[in-house]
Amino acid sequence: MRAVHFCQACGKVQPPAPVDYFTFFGLPRKLNLDVAALEKDFYELSRKLHPDLNARAGSQEQEWSLQQSSLLNDAHRTLKDPIKRTQYLLQLEGVELEEQSKTATEQARSTGQLKKQIVPPDLLQEVFELNMQLEELRMQKKMGEDDPALIEEIGRQKLELEEKQESLLRELEYRWKMWDGMIQREQNGQPVSEEERKQERDKMVDVLNRRNYIRNLVRDVSEVLEN
Amino acid sequence: MSSDRIVGIDLGTTNSLVAFMQGESPVVIPGDDGSNLVPSVVALDENNQPVIGNAARQYLAETPERAVYSIKRLMGRGIDDVREELRFFPFRLAEDLQAGEVLRIKLGEKTFTPPEISALILRQLKRNAERFFGAQVTKAVITVPAYFNDAQRQATKDAGRIAGLEVLRLVNEPTAASLAYGLDKKQNGIVAVYDLGGGTFDVSILKLHDGIFEVIATNGDTHLGGDDIDNLLITIALDDTLGDLGLDLRRNPEAVQAIRKAVIEAKIALSSQPSVKLDVELPGGKRYLREITREQFEQLIQPIVDRTVGPCRQALKDAGLKPEQIDEAVLVGGSTRIPKVRALVKELFHREPHTDLNPDEVVALGAAVQANILGGGSEATENMLLLDVTPLSLGIEVAGGVTDKIILRNSTIPASATQHYTTQVDGQANVAIHVLQGERELAKDCRSLARFDLKGIPAMAAGMARIEVKFLIDANGILHVSAREQRSGKESEIRVQPSYGLTDEQVEGMILDSFDSAEEDFRQRQVIEARNEAATILAALDKGKKSAAWGHLTTDEKKKIAKMEKALIAVKSEDDYQAIRKAIDALNQGTTRLAELMMDSAVSTVLKGKTMDEADMGEGPTAPHPMAKAEFE
Repeated sequence: MRAVHFCQACGKVQPPAPVDYFTFFGLPRKLNLDVAALEKDFYELSRKLHPDLNARAGSQEQEWSLQQSSLLNDAHRTLKDPIKRTQYLLQLEGVELEEQSKTATEQARSTGQLKKQIVPPDLLQEVFELNMQLEELRMQKKMGEDDPALIEEIGRQKLELEEKQESLLRELEYRWKMWDGMIQREQNGQPVSEEERKQERDKMVDVLNRRNYIRNLVRDVSEVLEN
Repeated sequence: MSSDRIVGIDLGTTNSLVAFMQGESPVVIPGDDGSNLVPSVVALDENNQPVIGNAARQYLAETPERAVYSIKRLMGRGIDDVREELRFFPFRLAEDLQAGEVLRIKLGEKTFTPPEISALILRQLKRNAERFFGAQVTKAVITVPAYFNDAQRQATKDAGRIAGLEVLRLVNEPTAASLAYGLDKKQNGIVAVYDLGGGTFDVSILKLHDGIFEVIATNGDTHLGGDDIDNLLITIALDDTLGDLGLDLRRNPEAVQAIRKAVIEAKIALSSQPSVKLDVELPGGKRYLREITREQFEQLIQPIVDRTVGPCRQALKDAGLKPEQIDEAVLVGGSTRIPKVRALVKELFHREPHTDLNPDEVVALGAAVQANILGGGSEATENMLLLDVTPLSLGIEVAGGVTDKIILRNSTIPASATQHYTTQVDGQANVAIHVLQGERELAKDCRSLARFDLKGIPAMAAGMARIEVKFLIDANGILHVSAREQRSGKESEIRVQPSYGLTDEQVEGMILDSFDSAEEDFRQRQVIEARNEAATILAALDKGKKSAAWGHLTTDEKKKIAKMEKALIAVKSEDDYQAIRKAIDALNQGTTRLAELMMDSAVSTVLKGKTMDEADMGEGPTAPHPMAKAEFE
């Protein structure tokens, strides 16, 4: 059920209901969503909720329009992005993704140690070598030297990492399918055990963590290459 | 109806304009001197009355310590931000300025904050519009550079309030320009707007979709524009005179302004001709002569023009687009008349840029379109809606002096984020929050927006309180904060200490001319202004009759003028300002040919007169350049 955004009778903007982003758009808590349809809905709602179109309304309505419109934008921004959408759903499911990473970051800062990152085991060897090469390139750049072969090699690895990032996105999409199927079963009246729910959540968290790791790595590599 | 008339205002670094939607298309409202552009120059006359625009330029030449230009560069900025500017611009800061205080500029013996000076320009535009409509104007849409931060936006909004204008919306300049273009081209696609003005640079990438103008990414530099090119050329000239003549003109404001005027003219001329000759009269009777070819000029300005490349590439990257995916490129701002700039835009976006609208006026026209949308729309703006973004990420300072970003740049606005806080010690009643804007990792490298104190937290054990703080960026790009302690449900009191900016009370105390809002006073002012104008045109006519040009008119023409003159004298003493205006307009029309004839003989005299702005350059850096030595005579 979609949250009520305006009065059915008079069309005036209503105060925002305290709902999650899925409910705001009247969507089930599924992850495989039609982004084009979402955008269409976003535009349609914008045409009614945006403050520009309620500039002549009373001050109370203007305030509601501001609240509703920011909620609409926040919801759209989160749901249209596959990663943000997954993170948001996991949060709704009680997984504290952000908190975990925040605590780790703060700990690392206060102790002065590098934030511990769990290196995906299948990448261990590769990452080790890549880090060595990056260090070498940094040194070379500092000395004003230039090793085209090394740059080419790192560039090649960057491409590989980007491909891996892509394939992780496909893996994530597969997890969505499993999750959505589970939700569908639940909607059809078949009970889903807490254990199964947790397993599905954990698998998604795992994919997200691995992807994050690779994303940071790609960022580091780009930084060294561009500087 | 008339009280609902909303105007669109482009408050520019160099020039300002006011426009409104006339029927189905936006038009610029000219000032009483007939010019669409009001130079953003403010001066105080001998009676400490403010003079604005073209009239202020004259004062600037004679009493430079009583005048100021390019004030937009100081809007929403602190003393540390503007040290660099002070080397190039003749801003005279108040001596008693305290650290952390809003800047104050000296004009004669008085001091003004940048919002107050901008308010004087806005009030002039407001008056121009009121004169045009014959009715009061109290509501406006004002444009700001897309890359303006919260403090710069707030300062602009304050300026509106001080001028007696309710600012219904701040619109980003490149977005406004796209609205003006979008009016006739109702089509879908991706548009890049490249806006290089007098003092600011913006680039915005928009998606047009059935009347929705959705900004996908924006970037820029609020201190990059035509001013920088002028300053470079001035520096070269000052180097030349110092090196070759041993003449140090850096502390000679009159000479610097003479050079400034000459290099601006040369810069403009180089957009249409292959070379230009600088010829400036220096103190002591010497002349500074230098030929600049377009090739040399382009080489010189290359580093300045190149500074726009980074923001353009970043905007494309943020939008997730390749240059070939841009369907249209649009040029805005006077500096985009430079061929080199046009060539760069073509290269960046793989498109021949649009130039069909006047780059000086297009922003004001777009502001008028937005004003029309806010006012309820018309046939022309039906279905049009602007979805803009915040140009900079919003963050809060966390442990270790690090910025935790809570709303990322290029998020569609209005946008919000909620953060939760707790207490560190038992019974703690306050929590301090530092809000930042910018992309850098460390808080000290970002722009400090404000420090908030959450007060009156009910006494609880450490870590028990759960304070929810909501950050909301409104459609103007301005931040609002509210907080609530969730366990007690108590709304926390927030004391906002803006890092740069005026408090509400300060703004309240600055509001200009409360009489502007009274209907009767308004009418009286209109009558007085109309009478003054009538006196001016009658005096000019008297002068005209004594000129040689009068003899060139036919008897019939002279008769007609005499009749209109009589009519104006008759209504002048009455209280009907509209009748006076009508008579003025008639006489104006009737004497067009006389004015033209007089102009031809007057041109040479005017050119010899000194009308340059004055400035104190300070210690400018020296500028290496590719040109040969200058000549002196």
